[in-house]
Amino acid sequence: MQVTFHLPKVLASLAGSAQVQARGATLQEAVEELTVRFPRLAGRLTGPTGEPHEYLLFYLNDEDIRFLEGFDTPLRDGDEITVVSAVAGG
Amino acid sequence: MSSHVSHRRGVHPLFHSSDAACVGPQPGGPANTSLRPLTCSACGTLHPPAPTAVCPECLGPLEPSYPPDRPLPSTTALSRRPASLWRYLEWLPFEEEPQLSRNTGFTPLIEAPILAAALGVRRAWIKNDALCFPSLSFKDRVVATAINAARQLGLDTVGCASTGNLANAVAAHAAREGLSAWIFVPHDLEGGKLVATAVFGAKMVRVRGTYDDVNRLCSQVADHFGWGIVNVNLRAYYAEGSKTMAWEIAEQLGWRFPDAVVAPMAGGSLVTRLAKGFREVKEAGFTGDPLPRLYGAQAAGCAPIVEALHRGDGRIRPTIPRTLAKSLAIGSPADGAQAVRALRESGGWAAAVDDLALVGGIQLLARTTGIFTETAGGVTVAAALALARQGHLKLTDEVVLCITGHGLKTVEAVRSGLEEAPLIAPRLQEVEALITTT
Repeated sequence: MQVTFHLPKVLASLAGSAQVQARGATLQEAVEELTVRFPRLAGRLTGPTGEPHEYLLFYLNDEDIRFLEGFDTPLRDGDEITVVSAVAGG
Repeated sequence: MSSHVSHRRGVHPLFHSSDAACVGPQPGGPANTSLRPLTCSACGTLHPPAPTAVCPECLGPLEPSYPPDRPLPSTTALSRRPASLWRYLEWLPFEEEPQLSRNTGFTPLIEAPILAAALGVRRAWIKNDALCFPSLSFKDRVVATAINAARQLGLDTVGCASTGNLANAVAAHAAREGLSAWIFVPHDLEGGKLVATAVFGAKMVRVRGTYDDVNRLCSQVADHFGWGIVNVNLRAYYAEGSKTMAWEIAEQLGWRFPDAVVAPMAGGSLVTRLAKGFREVKEAGFTGDPLPRLYGAQAAGCAPIVEALHRGDGRIRPTIPRTLAKSLAIGSPADGAQAVRALRESGGWAAAVDDLALVGGIQLLARTTGIFTETAGGVTVAAALALARQGHLKLTDEVVLCITGHGLKTVEAVRSGLEEAPLIAPRLQEVEALITTT
């Protein structure tokens, strides 16, 4: 599946763009593919055991992935994944 | 006051020009700022002042950095300063006294003996931020620090994601300082809060979705437009305003601490900053009292912090808010885990109350203290009652309840539960008839 990541500014400079394409059957696979292509993102999207980074929130087509299956959530062609800092609001 | 602080202006001496380049864009630049630098609370990296709340190294939250050897005032010197939150300047993220939002803070601390009896505690006090200026909620504190940071960073547009009180505060502060304001709120906010935002001429946008949807959008807005979104990219400066409530409580009690403090929780920032503020008062040597136990209050329809504390794992599980207390309706609280830690480390606890109880809390506060609070205050009072019944607040305790917003903002919450006023002709016998039937 081909999906689009929308990255926050703090990560966009590491990927060269705020919008990047990736491939994967699950969000986990898409994140891994992204970090292979953009090695500077390694460790900045995931935590030590591969879980979502503790200071980031991931949304799949406007839905917080914590309400879905987290990184195991299956993807469909054309999905939009928005990544934002968790250090916001309140 | 300024005699205690440096008068130096310019690029912060801790940084060379190459250091500044490692932080994101700085519209207008920090070239003429008295803002304190920022330190990552996760990895400890130091960064120059900037409109960013996130460490570029590890994505952790940034906090203002205070030199431990800075000159500090005595309690006598503090007592001579104007009655605003700026009297605690040395503990705020500015090297010089800011010029905007000068009259915010130093709200009344009012003893509430009838409420103390209802709670079954020795003494009760209301920290009445329903009278915070200019917009009648504690959010004026955080906007006072954030808007000064925005000005010093050269930003001409500010904004926020808000459940209501922050919308009012940003709109009011921006209006009087001549800044443009973009306010983003959930679509179903109370009418009073919409009016009390729009009246200031701010550009208010209602977003289909919950506060958490609005918050996500505002993170993207801050990145895309470079505006100063007070609770997003100005959050490091914004959050420090909250702790002045702790400073004021200590000073207004005669530089001593109460046994316990009860505060509402939405994003969880307030209880973490109360903890920080009380800790700073103690570190300054202004009291030898033990730190107060902190208690958090949430509505049962949106209680991710209370649930994380009660479960014991401290991990926030996001929730879809379903409560009358829209000002506390944050299902994914940014400071949730830190709030759990602050409550636990203080020896306190937390309670969640249903909507019926929160309306009862609003009425109990009104009828025992003469203070009309909005839904968050109702949650705080009802949670204090629950905590007292559970034995967490004790007969020997002196307790402060943090009332964070004015009741006229959410009249819908209590209107239906109040007796309708009788309608009579202007005749004395009709009053006599009413007295007979009452």
